[in-house]
Amino acid sequence: MYRYDEFDAAIVRERVAEFRDQVERRLRGELTEDQFKPLRLMNGLYLQLHAYMLRVAIPYGVLSSRQLERLARIARVYDRGYGHFTTRQNIQFNWPKLGDVPRILEELAEVEMHAIQTSGNCIRNVTADHFAAAVADEVDDPRVWSEIIRQWSTFHPEFSFLPRKFKIAVAGAPEDRAAVQVHDVGLHIRRGADGSARFVVYVGGGQGRTPFVAPAIHDDLPAEHLLSYLEAILRVYNRYGRRDNMYKARIKILVSALGIAQFRKEVDEEWAHLKDGALTVPAEEVARIRAYFAPPPFKTLPARSAAFEQAKADHKRFARWTRTNVHPHKAPGYAIVTVSLKPIGQPPGDATADQMDAAAALARAYSFDEIRVTHEQNLVLPHVEQDQLFEVWKALDAAGLATPNVGLISDIIACPGLDYCDLANARSISVAQAIAETFADLDAQEKIGELKIKISGCINACGHHHVGHIGILGVDKKGEEFYQILLGGRADERARLGEITGRGLPGEAIPDAIARVVERYLSLRLDERERFIDAFERVGAQPFEEALYASV
Amino acid sequence: MRPSSPVAPAPALPVLLLRADGAPADAAWIDVADDAPVPEDQAAVVSYARFLAEGATLRAARLGVRIAPADKVEALAPHLARLALIVVTFPKFRDGRGYTTARLLRERFGYQGDVRAEGDVLRDQLAFMIRCGFSSFAVKDRAPQEAVAAALRRFSVVYQPAADAAPPIWRRRASVVRAAAE
Ligand code: SF4
Repeated sequence: MYRYDEFDAAIVRERVAEFRDQVERRLRGELTEDQFKPLRLMNGLYLQLHAYMLRVAIPYGVLSSRQLERLARIARVYDRGYGHFTTRQNIQFNWPKLGDVPRILEELAEVEMHAIQTSGNCIRNVTADHFAAAVADEVDDPRVWSEIIRQWSTFHPEFSFLPRKFKIAVAGAPEDRAAVQVHDVGLHIRRGADGSARFVVYVGGGQGRTPFVAPAIHDDLPAEHLLSYLEAILRVYNRYGRRDNMYKARIKILVSALGIAQFRKEVDEEWAHLKDGALTVPAEEVARIRAYFAPPPFKTLPARSAAFEQAKADHKRFARWTRTNVHPHKAPGYAIVTVSLKPIGQPPGDATADQMDAAAALARAYSFDEIRVTHEQNLVLPHVEQDQLFEVWKALDAAGLATPNVGLISDIIACPGLDYCDLANARSISVAQAIAETFADLDAQEKIGELKIKISGCINACGHHHVGHIGILGVDKKGEEFYQILLGGRADERARLGEITGRGLPGEAIPDAIARVVERYLSLRLDERERFIDAFERVGAQPFEEALYASV
Repeated sequence: MRPSSPVAPAPALPVLLLRADGAPADAAWIDVADDAPVPEDQAAVVSYARFLAEGATLRAARLGVRIAPADKVEALAPHLARLALIVVTFPKFRDGRGYTTARLLRERFGYQGDVRAEGDVLRDQLAFMIRCGFSSFAVKDRAPQEAVAAALRRFSVVYQPAADAAPPIWRRRASVVRAAAE
């Protein structure tokens, strides 16, 4: 994992000292809330429906055990004993007191963490594939490039007051688990003709009220030019992105207004000045950062573990969990474990302090001290020996962290919605809970197979409803909570936006409506290998839409 | 319950003229309206539009130009030798186009004169502005000059190269490595 050197530490320390001063000025009344607002937002501190909310950055979703334990401690000491992992691989604390926030930031700085650029119109915390460096077909480790981007973008003097927020995601394997095509900039690493790592650069993707799958602006960017090219994109955006209407201020609107060819031309003109200049990342710096991500000392193990096979044969619940929550690892005899934060009936992405401690302890004992946070709001133990999977499962099960539903219909992404967010039209969490309860039967879930439901409480789409296989959007209809259904979206390397169906439905009708869609899928699929999304692409939206409204 | 957020409008703040080193900035400049004559014996700042329209005929003891966020700085490039001051305006705190304007002036066009930030300029932006090449500031703040000037020195370390002399982080790291090796 990346470790701070004296410079990284100084940058974060100075930031905490500055914010401490700003909070004291606010508490003494020297700053009004209006003046304080942009300052607190720069430190990830929002004012929500009921209280302040602190969003802490987890750069590219990577945590050490010590860091996760610190998050647990913060949840316990300064909050109500839990935290919420977000679709941006961050964590949010929903109840901190303003006066405690500087102390929380100090506690974070002690473990090399911060809340910098988790809000505001700046380059936000970069996200990456949560299976980085654990899958066999990876071209290059996205964490290396994410860290380089993190450093370049931190307190960027020119790009801290952009027209709107700016999100970058990085994927390093052919399968895109980072949803790069629905980001402001998405980077997908591929192997160049000479064997070196190249970037396919996507620009202008995004969700919200005007969703776009991003077009590619460059399909073969050499890695050493990454920062100069990003700087050129950001500069064109900073100059020409719209500032008159916050709903039209994201880069996707500029890219679609100009067209990708014209936008590319503007970027290329800018890049001609920047290329090969001070932003060329020196090979030594790349090597220095890469060294932090050196592979852990994997043991030489047989590809197949007899103990693991035996445990599966002996324990049905364990065997079921391995089918959904365990993924093949690149090292023989190892596996990737996904820790579900979607127990049936709980808010998606929430973890208690005790659960965080349990996951941290397991990572220390069984996964080289590493945890990942996924944009699907789960945790990952990236490097577990197959021989030890049974032990890990027992401990997870005891902590309420072994729900065997990763990728299944109850592994739902949902934004905080009306329970926490003051922009919301409708609740998200309770809808997610109701759907999960409808499909609580694990055999039925497994029979349905992969099906990604994503729920947003308003058009801002923090719950990624546009790219859910089934997307659900909360709308306000004359003061009542209604839900619009979308079908057929996906966020992977074949990203596509879901198709909006007919009229919205009231919350109570949603679980049954989804159940009818699922029934229709089960009756028309070719066989059980044809996933919902494959069937949708084969037959189109119509049969599902019919089912959706069948009995209403 | 929602934490209270006082809504009383903040009283207008006094403006402090500062240089990047924290000393008081040159206060001799006067803003000239587009329809007013330019005083030949004074340091006069005219608008971007007027400068581009009348530039060749404008006479002043020293000449400056005021550039707004949407103005293309490229148009000034051929005339920079005539300009002792370029005022980059920030009508809104949130509008960050002026940062790019300043960097282009310094890094692309090699402008050596004074680049001043004016408008909705608060102390919390100063460190960013210095990095983008601003050399003076009309800061809205009622704190004493020293307190505001302290904000100019906020970063002791920076990650990325910009228009100032601060080395990007990898150069500092490389020199630590060299020092350790020696
Ligand atoms: S999608 Fe809307 S309701 Fe949900 S968190 Fe985002 S802004 Fe809030």
